[in-house]
Amino acid sequence: MRDHITEIVVFTILFLFVSGMGFVAARWRAPQDMAHLDEWGLGGRNFGGWITWFLVGGDLYTAYTFVAVPALIFGAGAAGFFAVPYTIIIYPMFFLILIRLWSVSHRHGFVTPADFVRSRFDSPTLALVVAITGIVATMPYIALQLVGIEAVLKTMGVTGDSVLARHAPIIIAFAILAAYTYQSGLRAPALIAFVKDALIYIVILVAVIYLPTKLGGWGSIFDAAEAKFTASPNPNDGITLNANNQLQYVTLALGSALALFLYPHSITGVLASKNRNVIKRNMSALPAYSFLLGLLALLGYAAIASNVKPLPGATAGTVDSNTVVPLLFDMQFPAWFAGVAFAAIGIGALVPAAIMSIAAANLFTRNIYKEYLRKDASHADEARVSKITSLVVKIGAVACIVFLDPQFSIDLQLIGGVIILQTAPAVALGLFTRWLHRGALIAGWVAGMGLSMWMLWQIPNPATKRAHFGGSAFPLSEFGFDTKRTIYVGFVTVLVNLLIAVIVTLILRAAKTPAGVDGTTRDDYFADEGDPRVDRDLTAVETPSST
Amino acid sequence: MAEPETKEPGPESRPRSDRSPWNWLLLIPIVVPVLTFIYNHDEPRLFGFPAFYWIQFLFILLGVGTTSLVYQMTKRGRRP
Repeated sequence: MRDHITEIVVFTILFLFVSGMGFVAARWRAPQDMAHLDEWGLGGRNFGGWITWFLVGGDLYTAYTFVAVPALIFGAGAAGFFAVPYTIIIYPMFFLILIRLWSVSHRHGFVTPADFVRSRFDSPTLALVVAITGIVATMPYIALQLVGIEAVLKTMGVTGDSVLARHAPIIIAFAILAAYTYQSGLRAPALIAFVKDALIYIVILVAVIYLPTKLGGWGSIFDAAEAKFTASPNPNDGITLNANNQLQYVTLALGSALALFLYPHSITGVLASKNRNVIKRNMSALPAYSFLLGLLALLGYAAIASNVKPLPGATAGTVDSNTVVPLLFDMQFPAWFAGVAFAAIGIGALVPAAIMSIAAANLFTRNIYKEYLRKDASHADEARVSKITSLVVKIGAVACIVFLDPQFSIDLQLIGGVIILQTAPAVALGLFTRWLHRGALIAGWVAGMGLSMWMLWQIPNPATKRAHFGGSAFPLSEFGFDTKRTIYVGFVTVLVNLLIAVIVTLILRAAKTPAGVDGTTRDDYFADEGDPRVDRDLTAVETPSST
Repeated sequence: MAEPETKEPGPESRPRSDRSPWNWLLLIPIVVPVLTFIYNHDEPRLFGFPAFYWIQFLFILLGVGTTSLVYQMTKRGRRP
């Protein structure tokens, strides 16, 4: 094993460079007054095509994705490739649905999806449910970004034995991240995203061209993978899908796509763009990242072909499969370039972590603090509370990683993807119709959440010898079907959620329960930049309706 | 999905809308990647990639092509 000094030096230089950028970002496209949530939390709502491309790309394709997807391919083969259809399906959905959220938010000054729900359904309670779901789903996602950095640090050997020594580099990295996010808000990740994405593109292009020449071409890489899966006892691995996991593959791709655009951090990235055309054009440009992700996923096979053995995990006898891609780079690249690759992953964690903490902070400020704690909060108060909350959120994420088994965060993230889907009827369908009653949406959410927890609890994972929360592939035989097929939990539960919402709506309407007043008009869903009715000083809470 | 209930019209004389028959095309990149029978094969390989992988990479181009076309055909000011 060579020493890692060169890698560590390159990694540190690049890391410090982007940290400096994070602080300078406060002065980039600087506003007159930073003490407004639109400025701190949405970068002034004025990002053009290029910035949006880098920001949303850096936001959706996280460091965790970049280490976990190849790790999944390394372990299970084709099933891990769901990330590609998933990131294809999402863009037409954004194009049709999220564009309306942009318009109505632009018109009314909404900062979070819960702001929209509050105004649309006239229900602070439903908004609270959406906000809490968003915060709970986002927290473990932030923690997982740390898992991404940790995989890199572990490979470089920057890990001590005591709890503190092992986590010191991560604590320092997150302290720096917290400081510049506090100061610069969404401008920091937007500016850093340029560097992060440029590095990632360089590393991946080099990897997919250079590695096959060392490993005998893609054909032999796939053959090596096939040989491994044929020899393994697991019936569900292989370089293509089998009869039992195809349904899981497609429902996971569909469900993940729907979940991704409901996540608060995706919505924050989209709301920061300046007009509808910026978003629509980006739906054609963002799939470039899907291409990158697909190539990166295949590095999991390259790792098989070059005989990578993952480093040991946190508990004895387990392996940390997230280390396979960093190890592959370490084995195959010259040290300086491995350092660049590690920096790409490390910095890649900072962009989404910053946006996620901002999104969670905005939810707290707008839908809990302003709604329940201080109704007369000014714009400056909102910006201040959001800045402080973003710090608290990051401390929470670091605490999760330091004090709990990282597996716990991975479990929570799995649950997070399923529970965020439960806001789909209110947020996504709500953009098209308010036929569903606010009370029924809450009832559907309760049913969906309950069923999700039960189903996830039932899923064991033989590979890690755990009885519960072992994955998201639910065996249909548990429902009494005579089959070995599996299905994605979130897909089932969101359908149940919707069914309950429809039934309860019919009941509540029959009982003539008041449905509240819609704070939006039909025309709001098509509003664009320069709309004469947009007044930046108005906020959702203060403008029930304009007409 | 139903359209939102129409309330009073906005300040403009003609209510705005983003409805267009071109939007239906967006269903293609949502539905095609879900049809596993199209791509769940090893052969034929392309540059060493099994069909499973290169066909799904092609779907990315399908998605880009469709969203670009719909964007161009539904731009404001242009009537389909």
